[in-house]
Amino acid sequence: MSPKLQMVEFRQVVKSFGPLVVLDKVDLTITKGEVVVIIGPSGSGKSTLLRCINALETIQDGDILVDGRSVRGTKDDIHQIRLEAGMVFQQFNLFPQMTALENVMFGPLHSRGMDKKAARELALALLAKVGLQDKANHAPSQLSGGQQQRVAIARALAIKPALMLFDEPTSALDPELRHEVLKVMRDLAAENMTMVVVTHEIEFARQVGSRLIFMEGGYIVHDGNPVELLSNPPSSRLKDFLQHVH
Amino acid sequence: MDFEWSVIWGSLPNLLMGARLTLVIAFFGLAGGLTLGAVTGMVRTYGHPILDYIARGYILLIRGTPLVVQVMFIYFALPIIAGMRIDGVTAAILSIVINSGAYVAEIVRGALLSIPKGLGEAGLAMGLPFRKVLFRIIGPLAFRRMIPALGNQCITSLKDTSLFIVIGVGELTRQGQEVMASNYRAVEIWTAVAVIYLIILSTMAYGLKFIEKRMPIL
Repeated sequence: MSPKLQMVEFRQVVKSFGPLVVLDKVDLTITKGEVVVIIGPSGSGKSTLLRCINALETIQDGDILVDGRSVRGTKDDIHQIRLEAGMVFQQFNLFPQMTALENVMFGPLHSRGMDKKAARELALALLAKVGLQDKANHAPSQLSGGQQQRVAIARALAIKPALMLFDEPTSALDPELRHEVLKVMRDLAAENMTMVVVTHEIEFARQVGSRLIFMEGGYIVHDGNPVELLSNPPSSRLKDFLQHVH
Repeated sequence: MDFEWSVIWGSLPNLLMGARLTLVIAFFGLAGGLTLGAVTGMVRTYGHPILDYIARGYILLIRGTPLVVQVMFIYFALPIIAGMRIDGVTAAILSIVINSGAYVAEIVRGALLSIPKGLGEAGLAMGLPFRKVLFRIIGPLAFRRMIPALGNQCITSLKDTSLFIVIGVGELTRQGQEVMASNYRAVEIWTAVAVIYLIILSTMAYGLKFIEKRMPIL
């Protein structure tokens, strides 16, 4: 594997909250264009693993390189890593005092230093991409959960990331609103965006994922092809887990 | 007894002069207090443990002593310690600054902590430095939540200026007392003083209502 293709590299990463070890010497390499789906029971460390990539959590040992920069590097390294990695949260986290358009313009304006006109054009194009151009001037509170999450995806894309991190993006949504978010994610995957998705959407993993990771107790238990892992679970733990999410 | 309206008209110039001074003390005192409180509140929420420790000491000291004692200390004791004279109005303004600052700090801290953590994380995840996250995302949202409590504090502090009667500052209450001392018309004078306070404070309350309407809590 050529090092240029490596997007994210975990090297013996240890993350703990006080005495609780959440990630225990995790090694993981994610290459450009991969859609990595991470599943596992709650408390298995999957969200923490995701949040370590863009340094929302600080790690205690080991290192993570994102496009060659260390999360334990300088302030500038972390700034660059966060510009590389767009993040979508379970609770959407749209800024409630701003319209959908202003939410999407926010990153380009304040993090990329783009001028207002260009940021506006970019934001409108991204809202169109997620099918919400007609909601540009709506406040987040006027949008449904699915619409809010699509705005949040547009907002994350607006900083022009090379990598997208999804932290249970559909878990807070009603079942009938999930598909519109999953469709946007599917379109992104089709454009070859590198994606790391923590989710319970097994069908999404099967159809869109290029790689499936099953985590439990701070370890990566399985790491492989989604179709193979899902149709032929190699362990009873994965088999049990899959029975419970279905 | 008969209510002499002429007593009120006669004393009105003096009372309005007092009202003006009350407003001046409250305005500068609160401007300073809101600034001091905002900084102290941010230090208490996000600051280095040593700075936080100092901020907590300040809040303990101010909330743990009466305002009258504080202004007495500033007006009579501080000059002895520091070796410089301080005039009454300055002492009054300074008292409001340090007194309201302590209460405002806790209002600011509470509001900052009440903003969902995810909003700040969304800003950080976009590559914004913490300073920008605070001033552009968390701060404006927290401010809306502070308005009712800050309004309370402004009203309280304005009324607290009447305590400066003890250092002889000619604010509204002091003016009322002085007029009364010369004509003994307690009913007319204290009615007039109360009405003037009521006009000032209801105007303030109306202003607050207007701000709250324009900036609803989200």
